[in-house]
Amino acid sequence: MQYDLISLQPVMPEIFMLGAACLVLVVDLFLTQRTRMWTYGLTLATLLGAIALTAWAAGPERQVLFDGSYVRDPVSDVLKIALLTITVFVMVYARDYLLQRGIYRGEFYTLALFASLGMMIMASAGNFLTVYLGLELLALSMYALVAFDRDSVKGSEAAMKYFVLGALASGLLLYGMSMLYGATGTLNLAAMSEVIAAGKAEETVLVFGLVFVVIGIAFKFGAVPFHMWVPDVYDGAPTAVTLFLGSAPKIAAFALAIRLLADGAGGLSAHWSDMLIILAVASLAIGNIVAIAQTNVKRMLAYSTISHVGFIFLGFVAADGRGYGAALFYTVVYALTAAGGFGLLTILSRKGVDAETLDDLKGLNDRSPWLAGMMLLILFSMAGVPPTVGFFAKLFVLDAVVQVDMVWLAIVAVFFSIIGAYYYLRAIKMMYFDKPIDDHPIVASVDSRVAMSVNGLAVLLLGIFPTALLQACRTAFGG
Amino acid sequence: MSADWPILSVTIWLPIIGGLLVLMSGDKAPNVSRWAALWVAILTFVVSIPLYAGFDSSTAQMQFVENVPWIPMFEVNYHLGVDGISMPLILLTTFITVLVIIAGWEVIQYKPSQYMEAFLIMEGVMVGVFSALDAMLFYVFWEAMLIPMFVIIGIWGGPRRVYATIKFFLYTFLGSVFMLVALIYMYFKSGSMGILAFHDLQLDLTEQILIFIAFLLAFAVKVPMWPVHTWLPDAHVEAPTGGSVILAAIMLKIGGYGFLRFSLPITPDASHTLDWLIIGMSLIAVVYIGFVALVQQDMKKLIAYSSIAHMGFVTLGFFIVFMIFARTEVDSGAILGVQGGMVQMISHGFISAAMFLCVGVLYDRLHSREISDYGGVVNVMPWFAVFMVFFAMANAGLPGTSGFVGEFMVILASFRADFWFAVLAATTLIVGAAYTLWMVKRVVFGEVTSEGVAALQDINAREALVLTSLAIAVLALGLWPAPLIEVMDASIGNLVQHIGVSKL
Repeated sequence: MQYDLISLQPVMPEIFMLGAACLVLVVDLFLTQRTRMWTYGLTLATLLGAIALTAWAAGPERQVLFDGSYVRDPVSDVLKIALLTITVFVMVYARDYLLQRGIYRGEFYTLALFASLGMMIMASAGNFLTVYLGLELLALSMYALVAFDRDSVKGSEAAMKYFVLGALASGLLLYGMSMLYGATGTLNLAAMSEVIAAGKAEETVLVFGLVFVVIGIAFKFGAVPFHMWVPDVYDGAPTAVTLFLGSAPKIAAFALAIRLLADGAGGLSAHWSDMLIILAVASLAIGNIVAIAQTNVKRMLAYSTISHVGFIFLGFVAADGRGYGAALFYTVVYALTAAGGFGLLTILSRKGVDAETLDDLKGLNDRSPWLAGMMLLILFSMAGVPPTVGFFAKLFVLDAVVQVDMVWLAIVAVFFSIIGAYYYLRAIKMMYFDKPIDDHPIVASVDSRVAMSVNGLAVLLLGIFPTALLQACRTAFGG
Repeated sequence: MSADWPILSVTIWLPIIGGLLVLMSGDKAPNVSRWAALWVAILTFVVSIPLYAGFDSSTAQMQFVENVPWIPMFEVNYHLGVDGISMPLILLTTFITVLVIIAGWEVIQYKPSQYMEAFLIMEGVMVGVFSALDAMLFYVFWEAMLIPMFVIIGIWGGPRRVYATIKFFLYTFLGSVFMLVALIYMYFKSGSMGILAFHDLQLDLTEQILIFIAFLLAFAVKVPMWPVHTWLPDAHVEAPTGGSVILAAIMLKIGGYGFLRFSLPITPDASHTLDWLIIGMSLIAVVYIGFVALVQQDMKKLIAYSSIAHMGFVTLGFFIVFMIFARTEVDSGAILGVQGGMVQMISHGFISAAMFLCVGVLYDRLHSREISDYGGVVNVMPWFAVFMVFFAMANAGLPGTSGFVGEFMVILASFRADFWFAVLAATTLIVGAAYTLWMVKRVVFGEVTSEGVAALQDINAREALVLTSLAIAVLALGLWPAPLIEVMDASIGNLVQHIGVSKL
């Protein structure tokens, strides 16, 4: 088969990422600690370049390359731009933290770029192999990142847990894929969808395989009851890595779910949406209730993530464009707020001291009213209080759920969001109503302050003008 | 009519943007932020005056309408407009905010710019609640209100402020999320988020009852009605004076407004079926909470309970409508009840604000709200005593003050519904007088009881200005309520007519 350059246009962002990641790896070899700024700069340039290329290659039509193993469609465009943007924020927040921790090394950036590449591949996956390839590229980079502070016992333990459980999840996913392959005779998701629609496949085998695929997805999202790794890994990893792990990969997990469930097994939606209801309700309940008991901020945010995953799954339950659009919107918004929340923690962490307990938030309004204000917006957004964008994210999901006549599910969801509001309020209480325990001035570089401001204001402005993002999410699913 | 310029938008966004600017001015020069906040508040008040001056009281149509698409995929519009029900409440908001800013002038020393900012943002958001004609816009403003109030109570409140503010937030949040589900449901029924479209939406009785209950949870918590009132005494006691004033004078009214704008017109049949519930809860509020107020030791708590009792009149006035329909063919009694409730809301806005400010004056000097710590204040603060006694009389419903008008109208309307309702409601004239005047007797009159009281300074010019403006408002509304009633007349007539028609 012949490839001319223009037919490769859709896959340009990935090719660029791969090349640039290798370049960063090589360039970093020749840098000293003092000139490592270049690695940071090149990484940001790579990410921004990839965003630009994705935007350049974007379009309303669906393009299929490499015998259907690679798909570029509006969904993948939105996903890639979102996850790359979030990664830019992550890189900016992380730099100070790494510097102070003495782990400001080029590998962080190379691994992060490869992880992003893995996520991009997942977003554009057209068959099982591509899905798995992207997933493992992401996961292996992440395992290494979690253990990045190699002298930290806690970090190594977290990495081991993450690796073992992650490998198990991948195994389950592969097993499920093999079942689906056995039943439909194809690895290609679009072809599989046709076979299922035609009713030519044995349904028992399909559903059997589907169960494992859903479990794999739930593992990657961290949905209850497959959530055990989330708090431990979030807590054990260096905050800068938690920041990365807690934000952009959620978008990748969304990509995984949308490619496998909607594109591949769309015909089985009656089966998987029931499974997702159980996962969603359990995640909302466990996530929100257990978060109340946490005194460690990272663990609290980990449980909060679990509850947000419940909401994302609710969007899938509707199994139509409206629901997927709402879930996508929710995922992007969640990744943005999570980046801001963990970003603040990296800013608060100083040399030798990690901001870990809720007490570290105390009196933030006295120490830095502006940062406190941004964090206020982010926490209210997580709680789903208007006029922040978190409210609209919840609203659109509820709307999709009510539309398919599951008002009870909407009521369950809002009920648990009220419980959830409590621990976000408690964090705000710490920031605003308590006296600081530690009144060292906050040392933050200009770039992380700017990123925090952009992040916080984005949460507010997207709340006041949600139309553009919603439009993008909706039209991605043809709605 | 519509004006050449978007009055409502300016009234909403001017204080919000002004508040943000005040915040940015920081605390380095507190007087700059105080003056800036005052000018923003005054300017907003001035901007809102054309709403009254240019109001056409002959029609029930929405006026000063602005309508721009906001989230087109959801048919959600930035749709603003006022009628005779919401317009007076907006003016109340802009007026009270000016007073609150003045009242917090020297009192607030800790982060004054944030304090002023919170009140200004609060003002804009509350005006937004009253003028929103799109349910989603309404909901966004409704919830956004919680954020500044949460911060106000939590930062500048009393010793148990954290408990109070979290209770306040969660209580009201719990109430309102179910309303959100109801709004989404109606959106699918009607294909629109317009409140006026909801008014014409046909719903069967089961749907109506469920929607009614969802609204009831939201509005009853806000009003607050017995038995979901328990957050209010806590919030009031712990809030700084300005916070109490805004809570009592305006935020409680939003609950009452919600009944008029949503519950009654959208679910008239459910309102009719369940009116016994609301009437019962209102009468309990009036009678039982009145007695609860009697035994309070804390002045702010006493006024907080008295607010609940007074708001009971408001909901009573709104929901006796159906009984009056059943008994007489004439609508005028029904209109009287609703109008009485509305007048009561406005009047209570002035009186409760004044009462809380009076307590604030004492608190600023002696840092105590306990009734037993005072006594004989009149000997050292004669001017203050004049105001305090006057507002206490108004709170007790003395004829000639605004407190009398609303209560009288509601009692009169209750007679048309049921003799015993009227009797029960009228007990407030006795109980209300008892708890208010007894408090005044213990605090203001008698011999000077302690050295602290003996050292009190009388009110200064700033405090006198605030209290005088409220006194004028209370008297004006009490002696000549006609302009207010006239403005509401067409809108309330239309509303009563609308809810008289069954949707079934």
